[in-house]
Amino acid sequence: MNQVENVEENYLKKDIEDFNIGDNVKVHVVIREGEKERIQIFKGDVIKKRGAGLGATFTVRKISFGIGVERIFPLHSQMIKKIEVVRKGKVRQAKLYYLRELKGKAARIKEKRT
Amino acid sequence: MVEGLIGKKLGMTQIFQKDGDSVPVTLIQAGPCTVVQKKSKDKDGYNCLQLGFIEERPLRHPNKPAEGHFRKSEIPPVRMLREFAHEGNEEVKEGDQFFVDVFKEGEKVKITGTSKGKGFAGVIKRWGFRGGKKSHGSMFHRRPGSIGASAYPSRVTKGKKMPGQMGNAKVTVKNLTVIQIDKEKNLLVVKGATPGAKGGYLLIKKARFAVPAANDSTKE
Repeated sequence: MNQVENVEENYLKKDIEDFNIGDNVKVHVVIREGEKERIQIFKGDVIKKRGAGLGATFTVRKISFGIGVERIFPLHSQMIKKIEVVRKGKVRQAKLYYLRELKGKAARIKEKRT
Repeated sequence: MVEGLIGKKLGMTQIFQKDGDSVPVTLIQAGPCTVVQKKSKDKDGYNCLQLGFIEERPLRHPNKPAEGHFRKSEIPPVRMLREFAHEGNEEVKEGDQFFVDVFKEGEKVKITGTSKGKGFAGVIKRWGFRGGKKSHGSMFHRRPGSIGASAYPSRVTKGKKMPGQMGNAKVTVKNLTVIQIDKEKNLLVVKGATPGAKGGYLLIKKARFAVPAANDSTKE
């Protein structure tokens, strides 16, 4: 383990639920409004995961009122309280950019049954 | 106390702060540094402390002048020696060691190092000139263009931006905030980037005047 990893170790979250590309997830994000804090849920499909260590991020895509919305979250950020897997997806690609071109029925992801 | 230390760049990462902000940081192995020589006004004309940076890999074969220098203070030879200003009245002996706790968390420091060498660079890379068109019959791509007028002044103005060696020069970055120190591991974590590559030597000094940054989002 090198020195950089040593420092990162203290900041890494250890209790992240395992999720994969294509999964439908609920991301619990802390929203700060002045002094008050509340938790907002962003629900969508994971279309991308990248990076290692503290810099790792993941992208969640959802369709909001007919418009595609993508949010990139830092995996180890304290602003993310919880990542909940709603449904496991069965996909062949590691990056689901093809979903951007599709809409409606075509943009569905098959469920992975185990 | 001494006002700075010698260090080595370990690399960069990002750290999440309590309020959720992510901060880019540089990790530096700072110290331990030994006082190899104490110079005084009477003897040397100025007051300073000459510090040596203690590394895992010692200097195995010092040359003869270095050997003599280290023998005088009975300190194992080190690669990196640098002088740091010192009041001269404090009680610091040769052989004393300084650790990262010279600095405090939240303090401002300035860091000097040698930047990464880019070799002989043209004006576009080195000075940000715009260059010419790439196509449409243009025969002027990355050239510097005119470097001045003709008969008057019959010379090129001093400091004209021209191609040449870029990088591999001494660079100082001022006003970096200390985010974290770890005395056990001799680790110094500062916000932002420092000059040079990983493994390069750095001089870390306390900022004499903290320049108020226009938009400094670092919180304690």
